[in-house]
Amino acid sequence: MKTIILRTASNYLLPLLLLFSLFILLRGHYLPGGGFVGGLIASIAFVLHAFANGLENTKNLLRIHPGFLMPVGLLVAFLAGLSPMFLGGLPFMTGIWFPEPISVVGMVGSALFFDIGVYLVVIGISLTIIFTITESA
Amino acid sequence: MLIAILTGFIFSFFLVFAGKYMRGKLAILSALVPLGLFVYFIQFANRIADGEVISQTFAWVPSFGVNLGFTLDGLSLIFCLMITGIGFLVFAYTAAYLKGHEYLDRFYGYLGIFMAAMLGVVLSDNVISLFIFWELTSISSFFLIGFNNKEEASRKSAILALAITGLGGLLLLAGVLILGSVVGTYSISEMLSSKELIANSPQYIIIVALIFGAAFTKSAQFPFHFWLPGAMKAPTPVSTYLHSATMVKAGVYLLMRFTPVLGSTEFWNSTLIIVGGVTMLYAAMHTLFRTDLKGILAYSTIAALGILVFLIGLGTEAALLAACVFILVHALYKATLFLITGIIDHETGTRDVTMLSGLRKVLLPVAIAGFLAAISNAGIPPSFGFLGKDLIYEATLHFGNSAILLTALAIITNILLLYAGFLAGIKPFTGKLPENFSKVHMPSFLMWLPPLILAVLGIIIGVFPSIIQGSLMQPAVTALGENSSEIELKLWHGFNTILALSATTIGIGVLLYFLIKPSAKIETAIEKLEYLSPKSIVEGFGSGFRYFSVIWTKFFQNGFLRHYVSTIILFLVLVMGYTLLNNTRYKMNFSSFAELTFYEVITVAIMIGGILYTVFSKSRLAAVAAMGVVGLTISLIFAYYSAPDLAMTQFSIDTLTVILFVLVLYRLPKYLKFSSYKTRIKDGVLSITFGALITILALEVLSEPQGSEMTEYYAENAYILAKGKNVVNVILVDFRGIDTFMEIAVLTIAAIGVFALLKLRLTTKERIIVKDKNKL
Repeated sequence: MKTIILRTASNYLLPLLLLFSLFILLRGHYLPGGGFVGGLIASIAFVLHAFANGLENTKNLLRIHPGFLMPVGLLVAFLAGLSPMFLGGLPFMTGIWFPEPISVVGMVGSALFFDIGVYLVVIGISLTIIFTITESA
Repeated sequence: MLIAILTGFIFSFFLVFAGKYMRGKLAILSALVPLGLFVYFIQFANRIADGEVISQTFAWVPSFGVNLGFTLDGLSLIFCLMITGIGFLVFAYTAAYLKGHEYLDRFYGYLGIFMAAMLGVVLSDNVISLFIFWELTSISSFFLIGFNNKEEASRKSAILALAITGLGGLLLLAGVLILGSVVGTYSISEMLSSKELIANSPQYIIIVALIFGAAFTKSAQFPFHFWLPGAMKAPTPVSTYLHSATMVKAGVYLLMRFTPVLGSTEFWNSTLIIVGGVTMLYAAMHTLFRTDLKGILAYSTIAALGILVFLIGLGTEAALLAACVFILVHALYKATLFLITGIIDHETGTRDVTMLSGLRKVLLPVAIAGFLAAISNAGIPPSFGFLGKDLIYEATLHFGNSAILLTALAIITNILLLYAGFLAGIKPFTGKLPENFSKVHMPSFLMWLPPLILAVLGIIIGVFPSIIQGSLMQPAVTALGENSSEIELKLWHGFNTILALSATTIGIGVLLYFLIKPSAKIETAIEKLEYLSPKSIVEGFGSGFRYFSVIWTKFFQNGFLRHYVSTIILFLVLVMGYTLLNNTRYKMNFSSFAELTFYEVITVAIMIGGILYTVFSKSRLAAVAAMGVVGLTISLIFAYYSAPDLAMTQFSIDTLTVILFVLVLYRLPKYLKFSSYKTRIKDGVLSITFGALITILALEVLSEPQGSEMTEYYAENAYILAKGKNVVNVILVDFRGIDTFMEIAVLTIAAIGVFALLKLRLTTKERIIVKDKNKL
């Protein structure tokens, strides 16, 4: 499937799709979207790139093994859950927020970081599974 | 007290890192841990003697009423001193016994865990923490029995012991949970005041039966006794420490601890008398047929445990006092006998009692220890054992109608125990020294001093029983719920029936020792009856169960994905079909349905086309693509019905699924063989039934009244509490965030599983091993 059209397109599509996945991730709190869908879209972006340029190139682009994102994401989500305990002495997983919204991103709070954790885990999982299967096929 | 318990765990944890330095000459330093604890506990002796009960509570899981409560009373103190005192001697002994062993540090680590867990058992006031420490003793015992893990016999014995004591642990958990729910507290000291309530509750019999199950398995009572002789495969220090002096007495401890709460009922007393009586007689008889020193000691230990259970069953004050005293008597002489057996084994290389004789010429201090222990075991004055035996007869003689029968039982058991003790403590040292043992030399003092200390203690306490009378025995009997009179321990009671009985016991026992010579012949003769023993029955049951599980597993876990899927669906169809058949209202209100639009008709038509193509296609890839079409139409339907979140997710998931399928299927050969016509019909019927059921279910859900409280709550509070307008997402990341966290954790595990399975590249040799394992 390494056609020149797909290859050229995928080089532009990858950053666009990644940006889109971030957009989906951030808007999730107010409109349809969220970490899970965002993560899926980001993985589709990488898979598309892998289809067009070969798995090796995508791996070089990623630099780290995608599996590494799973513990990182879990840790981010867990720390987001813990943060109210350290910052305000509130129970585990209580939502805490900055009082004012930040431009572009919107309201920032522990729930956002939790969603970022989900986003990372989902990318890690989908890419690990797909890459592993591709390699062994 | 928490620190005292944790010390052992900390010590073991420390060995994980520092182990390699502790294998050599420093090993002896390990003995400082139990010594320190012994000193710590002995300083409470005065306060305990004054009738004080020391307790400490730490909140652990307060919402479930589980607190780490520790109580030190007379009963606990006896056990604590035994655990740490004998522990100290055993730790020191091990340094010489396993000198230079590759895994000496590991051994100390297990011993440390055991010691800590055992202290936990006897100090816990909360029954839940008692259960946890109880299980820890079983686990550490498993590791210690299987310490020589290269021998198959060791591994088997370890598993057998774990299975039996683990079963008991489960029974204990069930028992204490029911008990806790009846009383409303998990604290033993608080249960004391609810004795009436428990005895009158309908669950009383169940609770007691479960606790008995736990105690009988742990303390090797008939018919669960058979794991104990097997456990003697462990290195001798373990047999000494766990399987005679302390761990096996945990069951006895449990019974004693619960005597004031559950005791003095017909069921309690008669069960314990019968089980204890059968055990002591059965095990004592067995000692006649053994030639292995450790085997003899194992059976005599079981008999001694039987005596203890029997005494608790009698339940009178005299009997309980006798039990407390006998625990200590037995620990002192039996530990000595085990330790000298270890020395004999270590120095001569055999434990066969028929081959051993005359060793006093080469191992004099050991011989003295053996002789003193045998005297105490036989109950010959002025030993502590004499005192213990007197108290037992005292207890049986004053037990109403069946006094004569019970006393006779006790006498027979004691005669046989005397025989066993002489065999282990005197026989190896008397007579002529065989040629091949003439070069046997004394072991390091670390090995012969501990048994000597224990044996001498057995005599000293016998001569001066006042050492333990007020400080240990009085508070212990008080802790058992008897607080009537001052107890008095005396060696000499004047000429009376008990003395006559004692003399008879000793006379017949000594006669027996000179008459019966142990021989391998008797041992082989008795082995013919082995198939009748509880051990064979349990093992037969075990292999039968294994056979059954092989068949069961082969049937369900046959490795064909299609079978798994159809099994799961068939099960769902049956369960769901049954429920739906009974509960469906079969009412459909078509008028409430919205009118079909043009887009919907087209989408559904595409969907049906996709499904038909998937089912009838002859190419895998085409089928996968058609499945993708079905998925996308579903996401369209979500979009029509204002569920954009679902539509988006479905869309991305579907894309990834198709990619995954393609990746997997792309390189496979074309369909080599289609499934048979019959299979396809079968699968088709199953699928259609399942689909129909899901449709009915969906329609049923629709006819449920709308607007549950939950929906309203989320809708109202999403913005107020979580500052989000997308309710779905707010639920995911905030209201039910912990669920989401668990889900991503599960996904991670699944991904690791996929990764590990695909990256696992076994060599041909490893494949064969895996295959062989699967055949079992």
